[in-house]
Amino acid sequence: MSDKQIAVEGVSKSFGHLPVVENVGFEVADGEFVAIVGPSGCGKSTLLNLIAGFERADRGTIGIDGVAVSGPSRNGIMISQQGSVFPWLTVRDNVMFGLSGASHVERTERANRYIRMVGLSGFEQAYPHELSGGMLKRVELARALVVKPEILYMDEPFSALDALMSLRMQMELRRILDEERHTVLLITHDVEEAIHLADRILVLSPRPARIQAVFEIELPHPRKLSHPEAQRLREVLLKELGL
Amino acid sequence: MARMESRLGRIVPPVVLIALLIGIWWIVVARGDNAIFPTPGQVATGAWALAQDGTLWEHIEASLFRVEIGFGLALLVAVPLGLWMGWVSSAFHTLNPLFQMLRPISPIAWIPVAILWFGVGDFSPIFLIFLSSVFPMMVQTTVGVRTIDRRYLRAAANFGVSRWVLFRRVVIPAVLPEIIVGMRIGLGVAWLVVVAAEMIALNSGLGYLIIDSRNAGNRYDLVIASMIIIGVIGLLLDGATRLLEQLDTVKWRYVR
Repeated sequence: MSDKQIAVEGVSKSFGHLPVVENVGFEVADGEFVAIVGPSGCGKSTLLNLIAGFERADRGTIGIDGVAVSGPSRNGIMISQQGSVFPWLTVRDNVMFGLSGASHVERTERANRYIRMVGLSGFEQAYPHELSGGMLKRVELARALVVKPEILYMDEPFSALDALMSLRMQMELRRILDEERHTVLLITHDVEEAIHLADRILVLSPRPARIQAVFEIELPHPRKLSHPEAQRLREVLLKELGL
Repeated sequence: MARMESRLGRIVPPVVLIALLIGIWWIVVARGDNAIFPTPGQVATGAWALAQDGTLWEHIEASLFRVEIGFGLALLVAVPLGLWMGWVSSAFHTLNPLFQMLRPISPIAWIPVAILWFGVGDFSPIFLIFLSSVFPMMVQTTVGVRTIDRRYLRAAANFGVSRWVLFRRVVIPAVLPEIIVGMRIGLGVAWLVVVAAEMIALNSGLGYLIIDSRNAGNRYDLVIASMIIIGVIGLLLDGATRLLEQLDTVKWRYVR
């Protein structure tokens, strides 16, 4: 198996007679940020679920750090569009959910540190129904980061937010990734989000999903979408997606 | 200010409606020639007399005691069983047909069996109350587990928590709102059944009071008084269970 952190090889998946993912292969290096864009319904979420271990591939192999994936693991935390912050726990209890071992005091301190990092200080005791959509995303991010996963799987994490909040969260994510090194696999239909964040962009075909094109982005962070290179890339990507 | 107005708006109309109905009742009985059916005034006087000599409280206490025990036992059985049936498919498929068959049998139908098994003490009504409230609570709990949003279970799986943590921090709190709904239904039926159960061969409780008042010289004032007291206590019991909906850990289910 490859020495890359994520190695996907010849992976296919069907639901009944419907092929959803077809012969997809790619690798992601440690600390790399890879965005996967594709038309809606193309099977990108399924692909991510396969890699994160929530679904089994019909064919092909998926390896994380050289070990075949056999199920979900706390080494790779999924952040999805609908979110999964537990509504019955306070912000702090949500963030502490995945923490085990250590003393209660230590765990609380660690949770508080990450709550601060995502900008939610003062809301430790709040319940999710008292928070806005953007704040919920921050809770989810803190809950994922606090267990120090090597990989973050993000399935259209900010697409339920309004445009402004989505952009703000993208910038926050970038800032956090400068502080803490994580490998990120981001699924999105938002071309600009991908250009803004990723080191590399994979474009998927309409269903069944295959890799149609790959783009490396060399621009330094923080990126401006008005940059000529970003603009050119945007045009090319939209063309790949048939627009 | 606006809040007080809205509270008043919620209290005034039902009070007016009930007052109106009592007024109509009074007029109809006063103008009719039925000597047995009492006026609201006679009902109030009768109830007052019973309250004064203390027997009314004894009857209420007896009924509440039976409901407490029967409902409490039902809750202890229904919640674990419901959680188990909701979580383990084979348990559901094995037990559900049996329970669905037992469920539609009216507790009243069990009265002869209850007398045979438990005699005419407190155990018979407690058994009937248990039977009547255990099924709704169990069904509600089972449904609650089976409809837990999958994304929460997936998140728990993602963090690799132990089964114990999964159950304590995800499954139970996710189902708690359903359990509370089940408790409201269960307590409602329990109260409904205690009266029916007490009509059979006991010498205390509000159900006994109704039958005894009727048999001991057509005291219809006391019959109606008991009925109204039963209604009011039912309302209070439901209100008390609804207080559980204010718990911080279940509020999420009732907001928005």
